[in-house]
Amino acid sequence: MTSAGIGIAATVRLPRRRGVELALLVVAVLLCVSGYCAVGLARNGGVPPGAAGYGAGLGALALCAHLAVRLRAPYADPLLLPIGVLLNGVGLVLIHRLDLETPGERAAPAQLVWSALGVGLFTCVVLALRDHRVLKRYAYVSVAAALALLTLPVLFPAVNGARIWIRIAGFSIQPGEFAKVLLAVFFAAYLADNRTALAYAGRRIWFMQLPTGRVLGPIVAVWLISVGVLVLERDLGTSLLFFGLFVVMLYVATGRTGWIAVGLLLAMLGAVAVSALEPHVHSRVEDWLHPFASIDAGLGPGQLAQSLFAFSAGGVLGTGLGLGHSVLIGFAAKSDFILATAGEELGLAGLSALFILYGLLVERGYRAGLALRDPFGRLLAVGLASIVALQVFVISGGVTGLIPLTGMAMPFLAQGGSSVVTNWAIVALLIRLSHAARTGER
Amino acid sequence: MTRHIRHAAVFSCLLLLALLVNAARVQVVQSPAYDDNPANRRADIARYGAPRGDILVDGAPVTGSRDTGEQLRYERTYRDGPLYAPVTGFSSQRYGTTLLEHSEDGVLSGADPALSAFPLIDGVTRARPPGGQVVTTVNRRAQRAAYEGLGGRKGAVAAVEPSTGRVLALVSTPSYDPAALSGNGGAVRRAWARLNTDPDQPMLNRAVRQTYPPGSTFKVVTAAAALDAGIVNDLDAPTDSPAPYTLPGTTTSLTNEGSGCEDAPLRAAFEWSCNTVFAKLGVRVGVRNMVASAEAFGFNDPGVRIPFAVVPSTFDKAVDQAQLALSAIGQYNTRATPLQMAMVAAAVANGGQVRTPYLVERTTRRGGMTVSTAGSRPARQAMHPSTALRLKELMRDVVREGTGTNAAIPGAVVGGKTGTAQHGVGNSGTPYAWFISWAQGERDIEPRVAVAVVVEDSSLDRGDITGGDVAAPIARGVMEAVLTS
Repeated sequence: MTSAGIGIAATVRLPRRRGVELALLVVAVLLCVSGYCAVGLARNGGVPPGAAGYGAGLGALALCAHLAVRLRAPYADPLLLPIGVLLNGVGLVLIHRLDLETPGERAAPAQLVWSALGVGLFTCVVLALRDHRVLKRYAYVSVAAALALLTLPVLFPAVNGARIWIRIAGFSIQPGEFAKVLLAVFFAAYLADNRTALAYAGRRIWFMQLPTGRVLGPIVAVWLISVGVLVLERDLGTSLLFFGLFVVMLYVATGRTGWIAVGLLLAMLGAVAVSALEPHVHSRVEDWLHPFASIDAGLGPGQLAQSLFAFSAGGVLGTGLGLGHSVLIGFAAKSDFILATAGEELGLAGLSALFILYGLLVERGYRAGLALRDPFGRLLAVGLASIVALQVFVISGGVTGLIPLTGMAMPFLAQGGSSVVTNWAIVALLIRLSHAARTGER
Repeated sequence: MTRHIRHAAVFSCLLLLALLVNAARVQVVQSPAYDDNPANRRADIARYGAPRGDILVDGAPVTGSRDTGEQLRYERTYRDGPLYAPVTGFSSQRYGTTLLEHSEDGVLSGADPALSAFPLIDGVTRARPPGGQVVTTVNRRAQRAAYEGLGGRKGAVAAVEPSTGRVLALVSTPSYDPAALSGNGGAVRRAWARLNTDPDQPMLNRAVRQTYPPGSTFKVVTAAAALDAGIVNDLDAPTDSPAPYTLPGTTTSLTNEGSGCEDAPLRAAFEWSCNTVFAKLGVRVGVRNMVASAEAFGFNDPGVRIPFAVVPSTFDKAVDQAQLALSAIGQYNTRATPLQMAMVAAAVANGGQVRTPYLVERTTRRGGMTVSTAGSRPARQAMHPSTALRLKELMRDVVREGTGTNAAIPGAVVGGKTGTAQHGVGNSGTPYAWFISWAQGERDIEPRVAVAVVVEDSSLDRGDITGGDVAAPIARGVMEAVLTS
């Protein structure tokens, strides 16, 4: 391991910073409660009666998570948990606010239940997982579980063109969300073991060092299967996410720039092939290139056009919580397009703040990766941070017209149980990894 | 590995940067274009998001707003909708606005920057002031008298105050309830289809948007032209006109409804509405003077707005002698709106001065603070004051002992002129019954109201249709309403 530049002596411990974390949590919960009140004031002219309950619920979840961290990961990065609570809380406010526009729908309480489950999982992981290296042992279990989860929705009917849901007794689960964490674990474990072989063994063709097929075979196979399943399920966003995750982790593990070139080449080939073969994807690309085509055709604005209108209506300072009209976007306003509500009601200022929160979360993940010494932990931290970064980019870029739209959930913000639970798991793992990094023991 | 983790971090940072730059592009740079896109419903939602200001008649609103809780939230309601429809027009989520609802939309919807107490601050915060109110000049009792006078018949009434040009009544029948067009639902669509296919055209504002041949009421204009041009100096001197009168350059002969028109002096010809006398007078005045006189009264003016547009009344400039003769008795291509003919009567009543008509007295903020007032409006001299004085006399005679006795009001000075206008191919249509008049109460120093009434299809037999029988009683009702209010 080339750990030059990490100057943490084994005996020097960093300050614990749990007080800072608690203070930030209080700020995060207060921000969310004031957002909830702002919605009530804007919509009904009074502080909503549920404000205290909502604040208490969010506060209890935050406190529960905080106590778990205090108990078992006292050296963890103090920013991670408050960012998770703040994003989750803002998401709840936005979903509650959109609930008000669509009578009869109560997505916010369901989301609160899922958030509680997510924090429960967070607490379990922080309490139970004493050493992240344990996960390495379960690399092949992880990959088997991930593939099973990815394949499962094929047996269930498609929803809005994508076969990514499992519906059992009224509950719908998106197993692909969980699979990405399991895949990150597998990639980290496998790459940590084989990175030397990947980097230096094999034949050299032109300027590229090709690894041997024996080493590369399994990982490419896993990747191909996961991507193949996704193409079958027509979930382009997750496919793009796995692809990006794979390339980033491979690059970090082997340090070969060639992987980026190969990755970009494959990405372009894949994009062209998929957009040519899949009408679903092709129409997404067309929408991206001509978001107002349906207006010119007299069919009214499509979702992307409505989303752009919403962002534009927000301007710099936004219309204020509860005062926008992003409900015009339609059925996906609470999930894929929740960012448009943030953009319209909080403006460029609020949107930038959200992006910077995600940026901080990712940066803290990379920082844990830098400070860790074991390759598995480093790769896992990088992988988890990259998942958040890539997912934020793919969905935000999609709804703001930067790249073609792919249906994905904005981490913590969007309505979606599987997504919230998964993201709490990611933060839990990052907490564990940062604790390990900052104790400086290893 | 550390170096490569840093690379990955830099890559993530670049992605974040791209998102921020793109968000700024969408929310700041492209924002005006997106906001103005017609498919963007936000402008409509903002427009209907607050109750619309009201239109006031005699200090009381004739409109209202109803909160539907829907996306285009506030819908328009109307008090006495059919009665005031020719004034208010409609305001519909689906079909837009017409008449005052349209021309005063800026004030009513709150979009007019003059409504804002702090325009600069409101511009930054995008606050929208509440809709203002439009105070009309309409006299509620005159409006109702005209509407009830017309009853079920097809027709229109316009009444103005001669000294100011304030429009006191504007009625068109059959009418419709604009409330049926408020909103966006299926009932609104059905009402729209029904109103547009109705052969009686209930949404046509006949008082200002329809022209009719004015018939004999136009003889007021011809008489004014003749007196002004000095063709006639003595009202009681014979006019040397034959009856029947052969139109110049043709073999067509023009007759009168009654007898005693041969060589009749102007006073008698006016009183008994002699076609032959006025046809010949028109020819003697000549095209140029007739056109000048008609235009001084407001004919051929395409720019009349009260504040919504009034269709121009026409007097043909390119006519031969025979056509001029017919034009001078309000036939051929001479066409006038009821409002225009009310202006003709008002000009006589107002010493020859034509006041530009207007319907909006002032606009106010919701609290009642005035935003703008009607102010002074241009006046035009349509004839010499002495001519006006003599015409007043002639019109009084019509009501006192001529064709317009049905308009007489005890204790008031009333002047009028009847008209029965032929129309249709070969004059086959039911004639239009006209009556234009003015009235001055006992204690008034000047005439207070000038009215024009047209009834398109009276149920009476064709032979009996005259302005005096059908239209004059309606005018009397309107004048009484104004004089007693």
